Amino acid sequence: MDSNQAGKQHSLMGSEAASERTLYPYVTGSSVVALKFKDGILMAADMGGSYGSTLRYKSVERLKPAGKHSLLGASGEISDFQEILRYLDELILYDNMWDDGNSLGPKEVHNYLTRVMYNRRNKFDPLWNSLVLGGVKNGQKYLGMVSMIGVNFEDNHVTTGFGNHLARPILRDEWHENLSYEDGVKLLEKCMRVLLYRDRSAINKLQIAKITEEGVTISPPYALKTFWGFSAFENPTVGAEGSW
Amino acid sequence: MFRNQYDTDVTTWSPAGRLFQVEYAMEAVKQGSAAIGLRSKTHVVLACVNKANSELSSHQKKIFKVDDHIGVAIAGLTADGRVLSRYMRSECINHSFTYESPLPVGRLVVQLADKAQVCTQRSWKRPFGVGLLVGGLDESGAHLYYNCPSGNYFEYQAFAIGSRSQAAKTYLERRFENFVDSSWDDLIKDALIATRETLQGEKLRSSICTVAVMGVGEPFHILDQETVQQLIDKFELVVEDEGPAAEPDAAAAEEGAEEGDAAEQGGDADQGAAPDQGVAPMEI
Repeated sequence: MDSNQAGKQHSLMGSEAASERTLYPYVTGSSVVALKFKDGILMAADMGGSYGSTLRYKSVERLKPAGKHSLLGASGEISDFQEILRYLDELILYDNMWDDGNSLGPKEVHNYLTRVMYNRRNKFDPLWNSLVLGGVKNGQKYLGMVSMIGVNFEDNHVTTGFGNHLARPILRDEWHENLSYEDGVKLLEKCMRVLLYRDRSAINKLQIAKITEEGVTISPPYALKTFWGFSAFENPTVGAEGSW
Repeated sequence: MFRNQYDTDVTTWSPAGRLFQVEYAMEAVKQGSAAIGLRSKTHVVLACVNKANSELSSHQKKIFKVDDHIGVAIAGLTADGRVLSRYMRSECINHSFTYESPLPVGRLVVQLADKAQVCTQRSWKRPFGVGLLVGGLDESGAHLYYNCPSGNYFEYQAFAIGSRSQAAKTYLERRFENFVDSSWDDLIKDALIATRETLQGEKLRSSICTVAVMGVGEPFHILDQETVQQLIDKFELVVEDEGPAAEPDAAAAEEGAEEGDAAEQGGDADQGAAPDQGVAPMEI
């Protein structure tokens, strides 16, 4: 009887102890690059959803508006990004339901996301994303980032994933205060082009989003012009026939 | 109000559609010592009368800082007021932690009102016996709200609650149209004069009142006694029966201001203030 009970308890405790936590991501998005310009924030991300090393989904929108004043871009697990969009949807809904003159600005949304990400990390069940949150409210521009472990900061230009290695050096050199819209887009495209060449999970189909005091516009998908006509690429196997 | 057969429970309606327990709770507010609030476009001033039970005891704290940008003055059951202040502080700090941004006072006030409403609809609870004058800032500027035990809340340009508050309200009603553009000094002066109206002829001294200010670029703080006394001296008239021994700092004011002049100094030619001083303020 006792051993039976003990056995029962043991198995009960066993099933309780079996933890469920995020172990690895499945469908992932690549880098997001964003910068502040004269009138607001510009953000760019390609439309790829990779399934491991396969570029499986090619129309994933990784830039989404959040309320009147904010724009959210994400890299990492796409399903977690969709979950975050649902959280934000509810947050903005409740904010609107107050129906008073107050509204959540980008700073508030950024901090809310930081809390969410950090709390999940503490439970060993992270939302496997790096988020970029940008927006403008009452003339104040705001651009910040949150990682999957809850590290957050604001800056004049932020990137996620490979962008940190490939795009940031470009931005450090070429970003300046009061970029015009055209210059901002050119700078973003320069970063995205480098990522396209060098990041194997990038695809040549991207969107650029802009947020200003007036609101959010997300461009339709388009492709960057690339150049592969380097002499080094011609006859690549000369000198070692049979190799690639 | 008289006792009747519908006033035992808060969950019992009277045939006339009244909840007597809630109304009795509002009576408790009227019995507390006065609290006054007024606001301009950018600042809110809260003032209250601090009456100690006896000479031996200290007076009760009636003005609480809720956050840098929100303060509350209470009248009624101070114990209930303390509990609600703690709730308000908790809400503010939770909001600041999650959003790194101050909780808009308009939202705090709604939460407070909803909390009070719960107590009007549970048989095992009683309504809070405290009225709260909540002053604070949000995106649209400075606001002053009055939260009632009934769960109602109202926004005001200026208001007074507690005993003999009607006298203060009468003064404020005459002057409120100017408050929107008042300077810091004028706003506090008006608060002090309104406070004095509730004192029924007793001399206004900084030891029996508390004044707190908050505004755009100015976090909530309670003014210290010296500052308050200086502000009082600027307009106060010494009443003849109060000997100089009672008020050492009044001596400085003794020579200067005639009350009528003081009122005119402030820029209003209103003669109303002078006759009120001699007559006991109305009590309703």
